[in-house]
Amino acid sequence: MTAVDAHPAAGGVVGSRLLRREDPALLTGEARYVADLQVPGTLHAAFVRSTAAHARVTKVDLSAAAAMPGVVATFTGADLKDEWAPLPCAWPVTADMKSPAHLPLAVGKVNYVGDAVAVVLATSEYAARDAADAAVVDYEPLPAVVDIEDAATDRVVIHEDLGTNVSYTWELDPDRAAVDAAFAGAAHTVSGRYVQQRLIPAAMEPRGVLVVPQPFGGDYTVYSATQVPHILKVMLALTAGIDETRLRVIAPAVGGGFGSKLNVYAEEVAALVLARKLRAPVRWVEERSEGAQSTIQGRGQVQHIELAADADGRIKAVRVRIVADMGAYLQLVTPGIPLLGAFLYSGVYDVPAYSFSCTAVFTNKTPTDAYRGAGRPEATYAIERAMDALAAEVGVDPTEIRRRNFIPPEAFPYSSVAGLVYDSGNFLGALDKCTAMAGYDQLRAEQARRREAGERVQIGIGVSSYFEMCGLAPSRVLASLNYSAGGWESATVRVLPTGKVQVVTGTAPHGQGHETSWAMIVADRLGISPDDVDVLHSDTAIAPHGMDTYGSRSLAVGGTAVYLATEKVLDKARSIAAHQLEVAEEDLDYAAGAFSVRGTPEKALPLAGIAFEAFTAHNLPDGLEPNLEASTHWDPPNFTFPFGTHIAVVEVDTETGAVRLTRYVAVDDCGNQVNPLIVEGQVHGGIVQGVAQALWEDAVYDSDGNLLSASFMDYLVPSAAEVPSFETGSTVTPSPTNPMGVKGVGEAGTIGSAPAVVNAVVDALSGFGITDITMPASPERVWRAIRAAQEARS
Amino acid sequence: MDVSMTVNGSSRTDSVEPRLLLVHYLREVAGLTGTNIGCDTSSCGACTVLVDGESVKSCTMLAAQADGAEVTTIEGLADGESMHPMQEAFREHHGLQCGYCTPGMVMAAVSLLKEIPNPTEAQVREGLEGNLCRCTGYHNIVQAVLAAAKAPAGAGS
Repeated sequence: MTAVDAHPAAGGVVGSRLLRREDPALLTGEARYVADLQVPGTLHAAFVRSTAAHARVTKVDLSAAAAMPGVVATFTGADLKDEWAPLPCAWPVTADMKSPAHLPLAVGKVNYVGDAVAVVLATSEYAARDAADAAVVDYEPLPAVVDIEDAATDRVVIHEDLGTNVSYTWELDPDRAAVDAAFAGAAHTVSGRYVQQRLIPAAMEPRGVLVVPQPFGGDYTVYSATQVPHILKVMLALTAGIDETRLRVIAPAVGGGFGSKLNVYAEEVAALVLARKLRAPVRWVEERSEGAQSTIQGRGQVQHIELAADADGRIKAVRVRIVADMGAYLQLVTPGIPLLGAFLYSGVYDVPAYSFSCTAVFTNKTPTDAYRGAGRPEATYAIERAMDALAAEVGVDPTEIRRRNFIPPEAFPYSSVAGLVYDSGNFLGALDKCTAMAGYDQLRAEQARRREAGERVQIGIGVSSYFEMCGLAPSRVLASLNYSAGGWESATVRVLPTGKVQVVTGTAPHGQGHETSWAMIVADRLGISPDDVDVLHSDTAIAPHGMDTYGSRSLAVGGTAVYLATEKVLDKARSIAAHQLEVAEEDLDYAAGAFSVRGTPEKALPLAGIAFEAFTAHNLPDGLEPNLEASTHWDPPNFTFPFGTHIAVVEVDTETGAVRLTRYVAVDDCGNQVNPLIVEGQVHGGIVQGVAQALWEDAVYDSDGNLLSASFMDYLVPSAAEVPSFETGSTVTPSPTNPMGVKGVGEAGTIGSAPAVVNAVVDALSGFGITDITMPASPERVWRAIRAAQEARS
Repeated sequence: MDVSMTVNGSSRTDSVEPRLLLVHYLREVAGLTGTNIGCDTSSCGACTVLVDGESVKSCTMLAAQADGAEVTTIEGLADGESMHPMQEAFREHHGLQCGYCTPGMVMAAVSLLKEIPNPTEAQVREGLEGNLCRCTGYHNIVQAVLAAAKAPAGAGS
């Protein structure tokens, strides 16, 4: 099936549970996040934000604000409109996609609550916020477009110049006739309408930016809480009209992102432009409630999915129609998010006919964009909920309907009906392991017992067999999807004269532990200690090339680049060793950090010695450049496709509607694991974000477009008390896409978990005849569903 | 107004605005930026410190209210070059990823073990309910705290 071995680790470092080198600085408070940086003379920015979802702005009066103590300057959108270009959207998914101009400060009209209309700069953060509160803005309200399906009717058009709220319609319809024929001839059909509520990413570190200009030198250093320092540098140059060579972007310690810091934000552009204008450092740090509105949100879709199946429940076609909420404007990759799921609504199943379409609409709400999984949790939710519906329709267990439809292991690489080539998989293996770990049959027996006894607290068992495409991404595939950039990653590995190794990576970690993992990859190949490998990143002056961290790409693309650069270093070292030992390269062995002559092991040169020789350059082979260093820019030939099966067990109190997650069993396969400790951590955190969508989190808007859940008082990020410990396991099916056989794992847990939990809740309630619960499955929703079912029966 | 307190063993007196929050005092006046700010509703616990030995969300308290108190922040936890057993336990059990909630989480955990030296898993989970983490799913944090409770050095001290 694949040329890559399971567990390729030759050096014994890759595959070990090495503790993270990042931790001591983070555990002791030494780490510096953007908000921790102090530069003398810094001006603090505070933004005046719209309180109306949709309104004409008839007056912005900053005179009172300007008179407040400590205020240095105030600006309206009109004051600055010639200082910048609209904020960038890098993913025009169709040639005719409609995209409104999105200025960092709105001029004349606001389109969501939180849309910035003015900015105040003061000598302290307290003074800036006080002054922003003193700004007087007059709004002439317009009807707000809040509901996604209502938006598509164009009853009220938000951006008049566009003439419609529909940004684009994108279709993947390789053979519509085949889909129609499959439905016409189906023994069983099921359909579902699922709502993906909006989610607030809620990285624990709010966003922040500090721009330090050198007015006479002409350079700008931008410190930002970002996942994408490299992309940000390019986009800031274009948006603010500053030479790219004059910009240095640094992402210092970054406190989580989950996609929300994969963007180019109004505040980042504004801080740069204001630092240029005022010739002073400018700093802005987001408040949590502010961020609920000014940082992108995730999800926001209404999904219609239909399955056609034969009498045994084997799927013959999948048909999907979704409406996706863009929010008020298109941020960096907003329109592309539904496309990242568009290919995956057939799930892990062997589906012969497929049809997908997405209608993307504007609403008077905060823009959406990438949030952990980005399109793939939505797709997985729809197909995994529909699979349970199909199991019920056919009258078989949810595990059985999946077994009947899995793509078999021998079918890989598998060309999907949607046009992808899945790299490797063993879906049945993961399901079998997960059901064994969960004690699936005993759980079903306990469920039957409680149901028979009519107990108040029923249990539900939910299964989700997920997979996803990640490791973004082959540049040519991105081109075919109209994405404006590539998906490569770069790395440099240099062995310093003292034998220590320096790795420069284009990834931008913000909690993933790349410093540890990249050092492990290099140490493993070079046969040295990871402690001798330093990893540099997230500063465009040190790591000039990079495509940053998102889409579970860092290991599969960036880690592979590190691996390949290490190979190049070894090749060069081999040339030098052969030259100095006066043997042919083929006669050299490399082990434990040294080259030796085969058959004469006492003739040897350690890597450190070769590095010093390369540094002095006294005796190198003719034509070989000095120094032991190599770089790569690696463009992956394919995505990677991690997969697994998750089983959730819930208890539902049928009198109160309260749902309690009692067990969670996850078997994930991300190919070979560089550091299982880190893999498990990614899975744990991912699971809780998916569970949170299933049970608690919801960005609730009222009919006027006000965000009602704008703080942690109302937006229910779970605490330790709400979730159990997890039972995790893994299978290892290496990816043939890269030489280490690795797949991404950062989003897998989130992708697998929401459908597992909702399937469990619905399973617990199936005795009432309940077939669906809208997320989040709050006690009220569950209680109402039970009541409605009881009333319908009586 | 003037406030005096002992922070990580050093006494200091500063003139501050009466409305200055303790967390801003620690970060901006005392220069101790290890204590992070994660919300504006006293929900997330990122800013948890010890005030007279009790864990306190330092955004819920004015600097003036800490007048005369003994405050310990994350910077005051390590003993010279050795991290506190709770810090070691978090590292050993991968109880942190991005690290932003970590200082507050560690301080809350130290306080928890002081109150309940040998907690059950449920007690750890309930005891940390006021501290949000978005990265770890809490699994490894709970493991770390349970392990610290068993550590000989006494992680609650």
